[in-house]
Amino acid sequence: MSVHSEPKFLDAGDAALVIEFGDSIDPMLNARVLALDAAVRAAAIPGVVETVPTYRSLMVQVDPLVFDYDAFVSHARTMIAGLDVASVHGRRWRVPVVYGGEFGIDLEDVAERHKMTASDVIDIHSSGLYRVYMIGFMPGYTYLGGLDPRIATSRRLNPRLMTPEGTVSIGGIQALVAGCAMPSGWHLLGRTPAITFMAQRDPATLFEPGDEIVFNPIDASKWDKLRRDAEHGDPIVELIPA
Amino acid sequence: MTSLVVVSCGPGTSIQDRGRFGYQRFGLGPAGAMDRVSMARANLLVGNAPDTAAVEMAVLGARFKVEGGRLRLALVGAGGQMKVDGDALAPMTSVTVEPGQDIEVGSVRAGFFMYLAVSGGFDIKPQLGSRALHSRGRVGGIGGRACQPGDRLPVAAADIKGPELAAPEPRSSSRDEPIRVMLGPQADFFTERGIATFLSEQYTITTQTDRMGIRLAGPPIEHNEKGFNIVSDGIATGSIQVPGTGEPLVQLADRGTTGGYPKIATVISADHSRIAQLTSGTKIRFTAVTRAIAVEAARKQVAELASYKASLRPVGSLDLSSERLLALELNEGWGERNC
Repeated sequence: MSVHSEPKFLDAGDAALVIEFGDSIDPMLNARVLALDAAVRAAAIPGVVETVPTYRSLMVQVDPLVFDYDAFVSHARTMIAGLDVASVHGRRWRVPVVYGGEFGIDLEDVAERHKMTASDVIDIHSSGLYRVYMIGFMPGYTYLGGLDPRIATSRRLNPRLMTPEGTVSIGGIQALVAGCAMPSGWHLLGRTPAITFMAQRDPATLFEPGDEIVFNPIDASKWDKLRRDAEHGDPIVELIPA
Repeated sequence: MTSLVVVSCGPGTSIQDRGRFGYQRFGLGPAGAMDRVSMARANLLVGNAPDTAAVEMAVLGARFKVEGGRLRLALVGAGGQMKVDGDALAPMTSVTVEPGQDIEVGSVRAGFFMYLAVSGGFDIKPQLGSRALHSRGRVGGIGGRACQPGDRLPVAAADIKGPELAAPEPRSSSRDEPIRVMLGPQADFFTERGIATFLSEQYTITTQTDRMGIRLAGPPIEHNEKGFNIVSDGIATGSIQVPGTGEPLVQLADRGTTGGYPKIATVISADHSRIAQLTSGTKIRFTAVTRAIAVEAARKQVAELASYKASLRPVGSLDLSSERLLALELNEGWGERNC
Protein backbone atom coordinates (compact mmCIF):
# COMPACT_ATOMS: atom_id res chain seq x y z
CA MET A 1 0.00 0.00 0.00
CA SER A 2 1.60 3.18 -1.11
CA VAL A 3 1.50 6.44 -2.95
CA HIS A 4 3.14 6.29 -6.39
CA SER A 5 6.03 8.72 -6.92
CA GLU A 6 4.54 9.46 -10.35
CA PRO A 7 0.86 8.85 -11.10
CA LYS A 8 0.29 5.87 -13.39
CA PHE A 9 -1.81 6.09 -16.55
CA LEU A 10 -3.69 2.81 -16.83
CA ASP A 11 -5.76 1.58 -19.77
CA ALA A 12 -9.43 0.84 -19.11
CA GLY A 13 -10.38 0.11 -22.72
CA ASP A 14 -10.71 2.63 -25.54
CA ALA A 15 -13.52 4.48 -23.77
CA ALA A 16 -11.82 5.08 -20.41
CA LEU A 17 -8.49 5.47 -18.70
CA VAL A 18 -7.42 5.58 -15.08
CA ILE A 19 -4.92 7.95 -13.51
CA GLU A 20 -3.76 6.18 -10.37
CA PHE A 21 -2.02 8.13 -7.60
CA GLY A 22 -1.51 5.18 -5.28
CA ASP A 23 -3.19 2.17 -3.78
CA SER A 24 -3.91 3.24 -0.22
CA ILE A 25 -6.68 4.99 1.67
CA ASP A 26 -5.06 8.29 2.51
CA PRO A 27 -6.62 11.77 2.72
CA MET A 28 -3.70 13.50 0.95
CA LEU A 29 -3.76 11.01 -1.89
CA ASN A 30 -7.54 11.38 -2.20
CA ALA A 31 -7.16 15.18 -2.16
CA ARG A 32 -4.81 14.95 -5.17
CA VAL A 33 -7.40 12.82 -7.00
CA LEU A 34 -10.06 15.43 -6.31
CA ALA A 35 -7.79 18.30 -7.36
CA LEU A 36 -7.07 16.58 -10.68
CA ASP A 37 -10.76 15.83 -11.09
CA ALA A 38 -11.53 19.55 -10.70
CA ALA A 39 -8.74 20.49 -13.13
CA VAL A 40 -9.84 18.02 -15.82
CA ARG A 41 -13.45 19.13 -15.56
CA ALA A 42 -12.49 22.81 -15.74
CA ALA A 43 -10.32 22.17 -18.81
CA ALA A 44 -13.36 20.95 -20.82
CA ILE A 45 -11.21 18.66 -22.96
CA PRO A 46 -12.78 17.45 -26.21
CA GLY A 47 -13.83 13.80 -25.96
CA VAL A 48 -13.90 13.67 -22.16
CA VAL A 49 -17.39 12.42 -21.26
CA GLU A 50 -17.13 12.36 -17.48
CA THR A 51 -14.71 11.79 -14.63
CA VAL A 52 -15.06 9.37 -11.72
CA PRO A 53 -12.93 10.17 -8.67
CA THR A 54 -12.29 7.21 -6.35
CA TYR A 55 -10.23 6.70 -3.20
CA ARG A 56 -6.96 6.76 -5.06
CA SER A 57 -7.48 7.28 -8.76
CA LEU A 58 -9.41 9.23 -11.34
CA MET A 59 -11.24 7.33 -14.05
CA VAL A 60 -11.78 9.43 -17.16
CA GLN A 61 -14.48 8.21 -19.47
CA VAL A 62 -14.02 9.30 -23.07
CA ASP A 63 -15.53 9.17 -26.53
CA PRO A 64 -12.80 7.29 -28.40
CA LEU A 65 -13.80 8.89 -31.72
CA VAL A 66 -13.05 12.37 -30.46
CA PHE A 67 -10.51 11.89 -27.66
CA ASP A 68 -6.79 12.38 -28.36
CA TYR A 69 -5.09 10.03 -25.90
CA ASP A 70 -1.51 11.22 -26.31
CA ALA A 71 -2.42 14.88 -26.09
CA PHE A 72 -4.48 14.17 -22.98
CA VAL A 73 -1.67 12.33 -21.21
CA SER A 74 0.74 15.19 -21.70
CA HIS A 75 -1.91 17.75 -20.71
CA ALA A 76 -2.77 15.70 -17.61
CA ARG A 77 0.90 15.46 -16.60
CA THR A 78 1.11 19.25 -16.72
CA MET A 79 -2.05 19.52 -14.65
CA ILE A 80 -0.72 17.03 -12.11
CA ALA A 81 2.56 18.96 -11.78
CA GLY A 82 0.60 22.07 -10.89
CA LEU A 83 -2.08 20.54 -8.66
CA ASP A 84 -3.22 22.79 -5.86
CA VAL A 85 -4.50 20.40 -3.25
CA ALA A 86 -5.37 23.29 -0.92
CA SER A 87 -7.89 24.53 -3.49
CA VAL A 88 -10.20 21.58 -2.85
CA HIS A 89 -12.61 22.42 -0.06
CA GLY A 90 -15.23 20.02 1.13
CA ARG A 91 -18.28 20.93 3.16
CA ARG A 92 -19.16 19.46 6.54
CA TRP A 93 -22.53 17.85 7.18
CA ARG A 94 -24.37 16.64 10.27
CA VAL A 95 -26.29 13.51 9.39
CA PRO A 96 -29.09 12.14 11.62
CA VAL A 97 -28.90 8.43 12.46
CA VAL A 98 -31.18 6.13 14.40
CA TYR A 99 -28.84 3.57 15.95
CA GLY A 100 -29.62 -0.01 16.92
CA GLY A 101 -32.82 -1.99 17.06
CA GLU A 102 -34.44 -2.63 13.70
CA PHE A 103 -32.45 0.30 12.30
CA GLY A 104 -29.07 -1.18 13.12
CA ILE A 105 -29.38 -4.89 13.68
CA ASP A 106 -25.65 -5.48 14.20
CA LEU A 107 -25.10 -2.84 16.88
CA GLU A 108 -25.28 -5.27 19.82
CA ASP A 109 -23.08 -7.79 18.05
CA VAL A 110 -20.41 -5.20 17.26
CA ALA A 111 -20.51 -4.04 20.90
CA GLU A 112 -20.09 -7.61 22.10
CA ARG A 113 -17.15 -8.25 19.76
CA HIS A 114 -15.34 -5.23 21.16
CA LYS A 115 -16.42 -5.96 24.74
CA MET A 116 -18.25 -2.69 25.15
CA THR A 117 -21.85 -1.56 25.45
CA ALA A 118 -24.05 -0.56 22.55
CA SER A 119 -24.04 3.00 23.79
CA ASP A 120 -20.21 2.96 23.80
CA VAL A 121 -20.29 1.98 20.13
CA ILE A 122 -22.81 4.75 19.38
CA ASP A 123 -20.67 7.28 21.26
CA ILE A 124 -17.53 6.27 19.42
CA HIS A 125 -19.19 6.09 15.99
CA SER A 126 -21.03 9.40 16.40
CA SER A 127 -18.06 11.33 17.79
CA GLY A 128 -15.90 10.68 14.74
CA LEU A 129 -15.27 13.08 11.87
CA TYR A 130 -15.50 11.17 8.60
CA ARG A 131 -14.11 12.05 5.19
CA VAL A 132 -16.14 11.24 2.09
CA TYR A 133 -13.48 9.47 0.02
CA MET A 134 -15.71 8.31 -2.73
CA ILE A 135 -19.29 7.95 -3.85
CA GLY A 136 -19.43 4.82 -5.93
CA PHE A 137 -20.65 1.35 -6.67
CA MET A 138 -24.36 2.19 -6.61
CA PRO A 139 -26.20 5.53 -6.47
CA GLY A 140 -25.37 7.51 -3.34
CA TYR A 141 -23.11 4.85 -1.82
CA THR A 142 -20.94 7.10 0.35
CA TYR A 143 -17.61 5.57 1.39
CA LEU A 144 -16.14 7.13 4.50
CA GLY A 145 -12.76 7.10 6.20
CA GLY A 146 -12.13 8.10 9.76
CA LEU A 147 -13.64 5.22 11.70
CA ASP A 148 -12.24 4.96 15.22
CA PRO A 149 -10.01 1.83 15.23
CA ARG A 150 -11.60 0.80 18.55
CA ILE A 151 -14.73 -0.27 16.67
CA ALA A 152 -13.13 -1.42 13.39
CA THR A 153 -14.77 -4.76 12.62
CA SER A 154 -13.87 -7.15 9.84
CA ARG A 155 -16.67 -7.91 7.40
CA ARG A 156 -19.28 -10.60 7.93
CA LEU A 157 -18.47 -14.03 6.53
CA ASN A 158 -21.97 -14.30 5.13
CA PRO A 159 -23.08 -11.13 3.40
CA ARG A 160 -26.74 -10.25 3.89
CA LEU A 161 -28.76 -10.63 0.72
CA MET A 162 -30.44 -7.28 1.23
CA THR A 163 -29.81 -4.26 3.42
CA PRO A 164 -32.00 -1.16 3.34
CA GLU A 165 -31.25 2.15 1.67
CA GLY A 166 -29.87 4.64 4.20
CA THR A 167 -28.02 1.97 6.14
CA VAL A 168 -25.08 3.30 8.17
CA SER A 169 -22.57 0.49 8.45
CA ILE A 170 -18.93 -0.33 9.11
CA GLY A 171 -16.61 -2.82 7.40
CA GLY A 172 -12.98 -3.12 8.47
CA ILE A 173 -11.72 0.42 9.03
CA GLN A 174 -14.26 1.92 6.67
CA ALA A 175 -17.71 3.37 7.23
CA LEU A 176 -20.53 3.69 4.75
CA VAL A 177 -23.87 5.33 4.13
CA ALA A 178 -25.77 3.20 1.64
CA GLY A 179 -27.59 5.05 -1.11
CA CYS A 180 -29.84 2.19 -2.12
CA ALA A 181 -30.92 -1.26 -1.00
CA MET A 182 -28.17 -3.79 -1.79
CA PRO A 183 -26.61 -6.98 -0.50
CA SER A 184 -23.86 -6.20 2.03
CA GLY A 185 -21.31 -7.91 4.23
CA TRP A 186 -20.82 -4.85 6.42
CA HIS A 187 -22.13 -4.42 9.97
CA LEU A 188 -25.32 -2.39 10.24
CA LEU A 189 -25.11 0.09 13.12
CA GLY A 190 -28.02 2.33 12.22
CA ARG A 191 -29.96 4.02 9.49
CA THR A 192 -30.28 7.61 8.39
CA PRO A 193 -33.61 8.95 7.16
CA ALA A 194 -31.60 11.14 4.73
CA ILE A 195 -31.60 10.03 1.10
CA THR A 196 -28.10 10.39 -0.31
CA PHE A 197 -29.15 10.14 -3.96
CA MET A 198 -32.55 11.10 -5.26
CA ALA A 199 -33.00 11.77 -8.95
CA GLN A 200 -36.11 13.93 -8.43
CA ARG A 201 -34.30 16.30 -6.05
CA ASP A 202 -32.02 19.11 -7.17
CA PRO A 203 -29.22 18.47 -6.51
CA ALA A 204 -29.74 14.73 -6.76
CA THR A 205 -26.78 14.03 -4.49
CA LEU A 206 -26.32 15.22 -0.90
CA PHE A 207 -22.58 14.68 -0.60
CA GLU A 208 -19.53 15.12 -2.79
CA PRO A 209 -16.18 13.43 -2.46
CA GLY A 210 -14.00 15.53 -0.13
CA ASP A 211 -16.92 16.49 2.13
CA GLU A 212 -16.88 15.66 5.84
CA ILE A 213 -19.62 14.01 7.85
CA VAL A 214 -20.50 13.80 11.51
CA PHE A 215 -23.30 11.53 12.67
CA ASN A 216 -25.96 12.82 15.01
CA PRO A 217 -27.78 10.12 17.00
CA ILE A 218 -31.53 10.69 17.00
CA ASP A 219 -34.39 8.91 18.68
CA ALA A 220 -36.40 6.37 16.68
CA SER A 221 -39.52 8.44 17.37
CA LYS A 222 -38.15 11.11 15.01
CA TRP A 223 -37.75 8.69 12.12
CA ASP A 224 -41.18 8.92 10.52
CA LYS A 225 -41.30 12.69 10.19
CA LEU A 226 -37.71 13.06 8.98
CA ARG A 227 -38.10 10.24 6.51
CA ARG A 228 -41.29 11.79 5.13
CA ASP A 229 -39.52 15.15 4.77
CA ALA A 230 -36.62 13.42 2.99
CA GLU A 231 -38.98 11.65 0.62
CA HIS A 232 -40.45 15.04 -0.25
CA GLY A 233 -37.01 16.28 -1.24
CA ASP A 234 -35.82 17.91 2.01
CA PRO A 235 -32.11 17.11 2.43
CA ILE A 236 -32.57 16.90 6.28
CA VAL A 237 -28.78 16.91 6.65
CA GLU A 238 -27.36 20.04 8.18
CA LEU A 239 -24.47 22.07 6.80
CA ILE A 240 -22.19 22.94 9.71
CA PRO A 241 -19.00 25.04 9.93
CA ALA A 242 -15.86 23.07 9.12
CA MET B 1 -52.00 11.63 -27.78
CA THR B 2 -50.74 8.53 -29.52
CA SER B 3 -49.53 5.80 -27.20
CA LEU B 4 -48.07 2.37 -27.29
CA VAL B 5 -49.90 0.43 -24.60
CA VAL B 6 -48.09 -2.47 -22.95
CA VAL B 7 -50.54 -5.39 -22.88
CA SER B 8 -48.06 -7.94 -21.56
CA CYS B 9 -44.29 -8.07 -21.22
CA GLY B 10 -41.41 -9.87 -19.56
CA PRO B 11 -39.65 -8.47 -16.47
CA GLY B 12 -36.68 -7.30 -18.54
CA THR B 13 -38.66 -4.80 -20.60
CA SER B 14 -37.50 -1.21 -20.17
CA ILE B 15 -37.02 2.12 -21.88
CA GLN B 16 -33.39 2.57 -22.88
CA ASP B 17 -31.39 5.05 -24.90
CA ARG B 18 -27.70 5.75 -25.15
CA GLY B 19 -27.44 6.05 -21.39
CA ARG B 20 -26.89 8.73 -18.81
CA PHE B 21 -23.53 10.38 -18.37
CA GLY B 22 -22.16 12.68 -15.70
CA TYR B 23 -23.43 10.88 -12.60
CA GLN B 24 -20.96 8.04 -12.16
CA ARG B 25 -19.16 10.27 -9.65
CA PHE B 26 -22.28 9.84 -7.51
CA GLY B 27 -22.50 6.11 -8.04
CA LEU B 28 -25.10 6.18 -10.79
CA GLY B 29 -23.90 4.09 -13.72
CA PRO B 30 -24.82 4.96 -17.30
CA ALA B 31 -27.42 2.23 -17.99
CA GLY B 32 -28.52 2.55 -21.65
CA ALA B 33 -29.12 -0.03 -24.37
CA MET B 34 -27.11 -3.23 -23.93
CA ASP B 35 -26.88 -3.57 -27.72
CA ARG B 36 -26.60 -0.04 -29.03
CA VAL B 37 -26.06 -1.27 -32.58
CA SER B 38 -29.41 -3.07 -32.74
CA MET B 39 -31.17 -0.15 -31.08
CA ALA B 40 -29.60 2.21 -33.62
CA ARG B 41 -30.72 0.02 -36.53
CA ALA B 42 -34.28 -0.10 -35.22
CA ASN B 43 -34.28 3.68 -34.83
CA LEU B 44 -32.87 4.28 -38.33
CA LEU B 45 -35.61 2.06 -39.79
CA VAL B 46 -38.24 4.41 -38.40
CA GLY B 47 -36.39 7.60 -39.31
CA ASN B 48 -35.10 8.43 -35.83
CA ALA B 49 -31.65 9.47 -34.67
CA PRO B 50 -29.76 6.28 -33.71
CA ASP B 51 -29.76 6.88 -29.94
CA THR B 52 -33.47 7.73 -29.60
CA ALA B 53 -35.10 5.94 -26.65
CA ALA B 54 -36.60 2.56 -27.53
CA VAL B 55 -38.17 -0.38 -25.70
CA GLU B 56 -35.54 -2.97 -24.78
CA MET B 57 -36.83 -6.51 -24.24
CA ALA B 58 -34.64 -9.15 -22.59
CA VAL B 59 -35.27 -12.74 -23.73
CA LEU B 60 -39.06 -12.58 -23.54
CA GLY B 61 -41.19 -10.72 -26.04
CA ALA B 62 -44.16 -8.51 -25.32
CA ARG B 63 -47.56 -7.53 -26.61
CA PHE B 64 -48.60 -3.98 -27.36
CA LYS B 65 -51.66 -2.14 -28.57
CA VAL B 66 -51.71 1.19 -30.38
CA GLU B 67 -53.96 3.96 -29.05
CA GLY B 68 -54.86 7.39 -30.36
CA GLY B 69 -53.12 7.53 -33.74
CA ARG B 70 -50.97 5.68 -36.25
CA LEU B 71 -47.42 4.70 -35.41
CA ARG B 72 -44.43 3.46 -37.27
CA LEU B 73 -42.43 0.72 -35.58
CA ALA B 74 -39.38 -1.44 -36.17
CA LEU B 75 -37.94 -4.33 -34.19
CA VAL B 76 -34.27 -5.27 -34.33
CA GLY B 77 -32.04 -7.58 -32.30
CA ALA B 78 -31.66 -11.17 -31.16
CA GLY B 79 -33.56 -12.53 -34.15
CA GLY B 80 -36.77 -11.16 -32.68
CA GLN B 81 -39.87 -11.23 -34.80
CA MET B 82 -42.86 -8.93 -34.75
CA LYS B 83 -46.42 -9.72 -35.78
CA VAL B 84 -49.12 -7.16 -36.46
CA ASP B 85 -52.60 -8.63 -36.04
CA GLY B 86 -51.00 -12.02 -36.40
CA ASP B 87 -49.09 -11.32 -39.61
CA ALA B 88 -45.34 -11.78 -39.32
CA LEU B 89 -43.16 -8.97 -40.67
CA ALA B 90 -40.01 -9.50 -42.68
CA PRO B 91 -36.95 -8.85 -40.52
CA MET B 92 -35.28 -5.44 -40.76
CA THR B 93 -38.37 -3.57 -41.93
CA SER B 94 -40.51 -0.84 -40.44
CA VAL B 95 -44.27 -1.03 -40.35
CA THR B 96 -47.12 1.43 -39.92
CA VAL B 97 -49.67 0.37 -37.33
CA GLU B 98 -53.20 1.73 -36.89
CA PRO B 99 -54.98 2.41 -33.59
CA GLY B 100 -56.41 -0.78 -32.15
CA GLN B 101 -53.97 -3.07 -33.92
CA ASP B 102 -52.24 -5.77 -31.96
CA ILE B 103 -48.44 -5.95 -31.95
CA GLU B 104 -46.82 -9.12 -30.78
CA VAL B 105 -43.08 -9.47 -30.27
CA GLY B 106 -41.94 -13.08 -29.96
CA SER B 107 -39.20 -14.29 -27.65
CA VAL B 108 -35.58 -13.98 -28.72
CA ARG B 109 -34.35 -16.57 -31.17
CA ALA B 110 -30.64 -15.83 -31.26
CA GLY B 111 -29.49 -13.46 -28.59
CA PHE B 112 -30.58 -11.66 -25.47
CA PHE B 113 -31.94 -8.20 -26.26
CA MET B 114 -34.49 -6.87 -28.77
CA TYR B 115 -35.31 -3.23 -29.49
CA LEU B 116 -38.65 -1.81 -30.53
CA ALA B 117 -38.27 1.70 -31.92
CA VAL B 118 -41.12 4.06 -32.73
CA SER B 119 -41.06 7.02 -35.13
CA GLY B 120 -40.59 10.20 -33.13
CA GLY B 121 -39.49 8.33 -30.04
CA PHE B 122 -41.24 8.21 -26.69
CA ASP B 123 -42.55 11.42 -25.23
CA ILE B 124 -41.26 10.62 -21.76
CA LYS B 125 -39.46 13.27 -19.75
CA PRO B 126 -35.75 12.51 -19.47
CA GLN B 127 -34.40 12.22 -15.94
CA LEU B 128 -30.87 13.52 -15.32
CA GLY B 129 -30.43 13.85 -19.06
CA SER B 130 -31.62 10.44 -20.23
CA ARG B 131 -34.70 8.26 -20.52
CA ALA B 132 -32.74 5.06 -19.85
CA LEU B 133 -33.93 3.03 -16.88
CA HIS B 134 -31.35 2.43 -14.16
CA SER B 135 -33.39 0.02 -12.08
CA ARG B 136 -31.39 -0.01 -8.83
CA GLY B 137 -31.19 3.77 -8.85
CA ARG B 138 -34.88 3.99 -9.79
CA VAL B 139 -33.98 6.60 -12.37
CA GLY B 140 -35.44 6.98 -15.86
CA GLY B 141 -37.73 4.42 -17.49
CA ILE B 142 -41.38 4.66 -16.48
CA GLY B 143 -41.21 6.67 -13.24
CA GLY B 144 -38.01 4.91 -12.21
CA ARG B 145 -39.10 1.38 -13.07
CA ALA B 146 -39.30 -1.15 -15.89
CA CYS B 147 -42.31 -1.44 -18.19
CA GLN B 148 -45.37 -3.23 -16.83
CA PRO B 149 -48.62 -4.39 -18.41
CA GLY B 150 -51.02 -1.45 -18.53
CA ASP B 151 -48.31 1.17 -19.09
CA ARG B 152 -49.15 3.75 -21.75
CA LEU B 153 -45.96 4.84 -23.46
CA PRO B 154 -46.70 8.24 -25.02
CA VAL B 155 -45.20 8.67 -28.48
CA ALA B 156 -43.88 12.01 -29.73
CA ALA B 157 -45.43 13.42 -32.90
CA ALA B 158 -43.63 12.27 -36.03
CA ASP B 159 -44.02 12.58 -39.76
CA ILE B 160 -44.72 9.07 -41.01
CA LYS B 161 -46.05 9.97 -44.44
CA GLY B 162 -42.90 8.62 -46.11
CA PRO B 163 -42.51 4.99 -47.08
CA GLU B 164 -41.84 2.18 -44.66
CA LEU B 165 -38.18 1.19 -44.89
CA ALA B 166 -36.27 -2.04 -45.24
CA ALA B 167 -32.58 -2.81 -44.89
CA PRO B 168 -31.33 -4.41 -48.11
CA GLU B 169 -27.99 -5.84 -47.13
CA PRO B 170 -27.48 -8.52 -44.55
CA ARG B 171 -24.95 -7.37 -42.02
CA SER B 172 -21.67 -9.15 -41.83
CA SER B 173 -21.52 -11.60 -39.00
CA SER B 174 -18.64 -11.53 -36.56
CA ARG B 175 -20.21 -13.93 -34.10
CA ASP B 176 -17.42 -16.45 -33.93
CA GLU B 177 -14.56 -13.99 -33.76
CA PRO B 178 -12.92 -13.54 -30.37
CA ILE B 179 -14.04 -10.72 -28.11
CA ARG B 180 -11.44 -7.98 -28.32
CA VAL B 181 -10.02 -6.54 -25.12
CA MET B 182 -7.38 -4.08 -24.04
CA LEU B 183 -5.36 -5.41 -21.10
CA GLY B 184 -5.52 -3.38 -17.88
CA PRO B 185 -6.06 -1.48 -15.67
CA GLN B 186 -4.87 -4.19 -13.24
CA ALA B 187 -3.26 -6.76 -15.53
CA ASP B 188 -0.29 -6.51 -13.13
CA PHE B 189 -2.33 -8.42 -10.50
CA PHE B 190 -2.02 -11.62 -12.54
CA THR B 191 0.78 -14.05 -13.26
CA GLU B 192 2.06 -14.50 -16.78
CA ARG B 193 0.30 -17.82 -16.75
CA GLY B 194 -2.92 -16.13 -15.61
CA ILE B 195 -2.82 -13.71 -18.54
CA ALA B 196 -2.05 -16.59 -20.92
CA THR B 197 -5.00 -18.58 -19.56
CA PHE B 198 -7.31 -15.60 -20.06
CA LEU B 199 -6.18 -15.03 -23.65
CA SER B 200 -6.01 -18.64 -24.81
CA GLU B 201 -8.77 -20.61 -23.07
CA GLN B 202 -12.47 -20.75 -23.84
CA TYR B 203 -14.97 -19.22 -21.43
CA THR B 204 -18.65 -20.06 -21.27
CA ILE B 205 -21.42 -17.53 -20.69
CA THR B 206 -23.32 -18.65 -17.57
CA THR B 207 -26.96 -18.09 -16.66
CA GLN B 208 -25.79 -15.42 -14.20
CA THR B 209 -26.04 -12.81 -16.87
CA ASP B 210 -28.11 -9.66 -16.88
CA ARG B 211 -27.89 -5.93 -17.52
CA MET B 212 -25.25 -5.60 -14.81
CA GLY B 213 -22.87 -8.04 -16.39
CA ILE B 214 -21.87 -11.51 -17.46
CA ARG B 215 -20.37 -14.16 -15.21
CA LEU B 216 -18.13 -16.49 -17.19
CA ALA B 217 -17.16 -20.08 -16.41
CA GLY B 218 -13.82 -21.51 -17.44
CA PRO B 219 -10.27 -22.16 -16.35
CA PRO B 220 -9.38 -20.02 -13.31
CA ILE B 221 -7.14 -17.05 -14.02
CA GLU B 222 -4.18 -17.01 -11.65
CA HIS B 223 -3.64 -13.90 -9.55
CA ASN B 224 -0.11 -13.09 -8.44
CA GLU B 225 1.07 -12.41 -4.89
CA LYS B 226 -0.82 -9.09 -4.78
CA GLY B 227 -4.05 -11.06 -4.31
CA PHE B 228 -7.55 -10.26 -5.45
CA ASN B 229 -8.56 -7.31 -3.30
CA ILE B 230 -7.81 -3.79 -4.40
CA VAL B 231 -8.77 -0.46 -2.88
CA SER B 232 -11.93 0.21 -4.90
CA ASP B 233 -11.47 2.13 -8.10
CA GLY B 234 -13.49 2.97 -11.19
CA ILE B 235 -15.22 0.39 -13.37
CA ALA B 236 -15.81 1.05 -17.06
CA THR B 237 -18.35 -0.65 -19.30
CA GLY B 238 -16.60 -3.80 -20.47
CA SER B 239 -14.32 -4.06 -17.41
CA ILE B 240 -13.41 -7.68 -16.73
CA GLN B 241 -13.04 -8.28 -13.00
CA VAL B 242 -11.44 -11.44 -11.69
CA PRO B 243 -12.54 -12.26 -8.13
CA GLY B 244 -10.91 -14.89 -5.93
CA THR B 245 -12.54 -17.76 -7.81
CA GLY B 246 -10.46 -16.81 -10.86
CA GLU B 247 -13.52 -16.79 -13.10
CA PRO B 248 -14.07 -13.51 -14.91
CA LEU B 249 -17.00 -11.11 -14.60
CA VAL B 250 -17.69 -8.72 -17.49
CA GLN B 251 -19.28 -5.48 -16.31
CA LEU B 252 -21.97 -4.00 -18.55
CA ALA B 253 -24.49 -1.14 -18.69
CA ASP B 254 -26.02 -1.43 -15.19
CA ARG B 255 -22.63 -2.08 -13.54
CA GLY B 256 -21.49 -0.55 -10.32
CA THR B 257 -19.30 2.49 -10.90
CA THR B 258 -16.53 1.24 -8.61
CA GLY B 259 -15.38 -2.14 -7.41
CA GLY B 260 -12.75 -3.93 -5.38
CA TYR B 261 -11.61 -6.81 -7.60
CA PRO B 262 -8.67 -6.41 -9.97
CA LYS B 263 -9.62 -5.94 -13.61
CA ILE B 264 -7.48 -7.92 -16.01
CA ALA B 265 -8.79 -6.25 -19.16
CA THR B 266 -11.59 -4.21 -20.72
CA VAL B 267 -13.76 -5.25 -23.66
CA ILE B 268 -13.31 -2.62 -26.39
CA SER B 269 -16.33 -0.43 -27.08
CA ALA B 270 -16.92 -1.87 -30.57
CA ASP B 271 -17.58 -5.30 -29.00
CA HIS B 272 -19.94 -4.21 -26.19
CA SER B 273 -23.07 -4.82 -28.24
CA ARG B 274 -21.85 -8.21 -29.42
CA ILE B 275 -20.91 -9.56 -25.98
CA ALA B 276 -24.19 -8.28 -24.49
CA GLN B 277 -26.13 -10.46 -26.95
CA LEU B 278 -24.38 -13.71 -26.02
CA THR B 279 -26.63 -16.25 -24.35
CA SER B 280 -25.79 -18.79 -21.67
CA GLY B 281 -23.82 -21.74 -22.93
CA THR B 282 -22.05 -19.73 -25.63
CA LYS B 283 -18.29 -20.26 -25.63
CA ILE B 284 -16.05 -17.28 -26.25
CA ARG B 285 -12.39 -16.41 -26.46
CA PHE B 286 -10.64 -13.14 -25.78
CA THR B 287 -7.92 -11.51 -27.82
CA ALA B 288 -5.82 -8.53 -26.76
CA VAL B 289 -5.61 -5.51 -29.05
CA THR B 290 -3.93 -2.11 -28.90
CA ARG B 291 -5.68 1.18 -28.30
CA ALA B 292 -5.16 2.06 -31.99
CA ILE B 293 -6.97 -1.08 -33.11
CA ALA B 294 -9.76 -0.51 -30.59
CA VAL B 295 -10.30 3.07 -31.77
CA GLU B 296 -10.23 1.92 -35.41
CA ALA B 297 -12.90 -0.69 -34.58
CA ALA B 298 -15.05 2.01 -32.97
CA ARG B 299 -14.72 4.12 -36.14
CA LYS B 300 -15.62 1.16 -38.29
CA GLN B 301 -18.75 0.54 -36.23
CA VAL B 302 -19.90 4.12 -36.80
CA ALA B 303 -19.13 3.82 -40.53
CA GLU B 304 -21.12 0.58 -40.75
CA LEU B 305 -24.10 2.25 -39.15
CA ALA B 306 -23.83 5.11 -41.66
CA SER B 307 -23.75 2.69 -44.58
CA TYR B 308 -26.71 0.80 -43.08
CA LYS B 309 -28.63 4.08 -42.96
CA ALA B 310 -27.67 4.92 -46.54
CA SER B 311 -28.78 1.48 -47.70
CA LEU B 312 -32.35 1.72 -46.38
CA ARG B 313 -34.95 1.51 -49.17
CA PRO B 314 -38.74 1.67 -49.26
CA VAL B 315 -40.34 -1.67 -48.45
CA GLY B 316 -41.34 -3.38 -51.71
CA SER B 317 -38.61 -1.74 -53.76
CA LEU B 318 -36.21 -4.44 -52.68
CA ASP B 319 -36.02 -7.87 -54.11
CA LEU B 320 -37.45 -9.64 -51.10
CA SER B 321 -37.13 -13.04 -52.64
CA SER B 322 -37.30 -16.10 -50.50
CA GLU B 323 -33.53 -16.49 -50.84
CA ARG B 324 -33.00 -12.99 -49.58
CA LEU B 325 -35.31 -13.48 -46.65
CA LEU B 326 -33.52 -16.68 -45.89
CA ALA B 327 -30.20 -14.89 -46.08
CA LEU B 328 -31.44 -12.25 -43.66
CA GLU B 329 -32.69 -14.88 -41.31
CA LEU B 330 -29.50 -16.85 -41.45
CA ASN B 331 -27.52 -13.75 -40.92
CA GLU B 332 -29.58 -12.91 -37.89
CA GLY B 333 -28.83 -16.39 -36.69
CA TRP B 334 -32.46 -17.31 -36.25
CA GLY B 335 -33.01 -20.68 -34.73
CA GLU B 336 -29.32 -21.43 -34.58
CA ARG B 337 -28.81 -21.21 -30.88
CA ASN B 338 -30.60 -21.84 -27.66
CA CYS B 339 -31.78 -18.84 -25.76
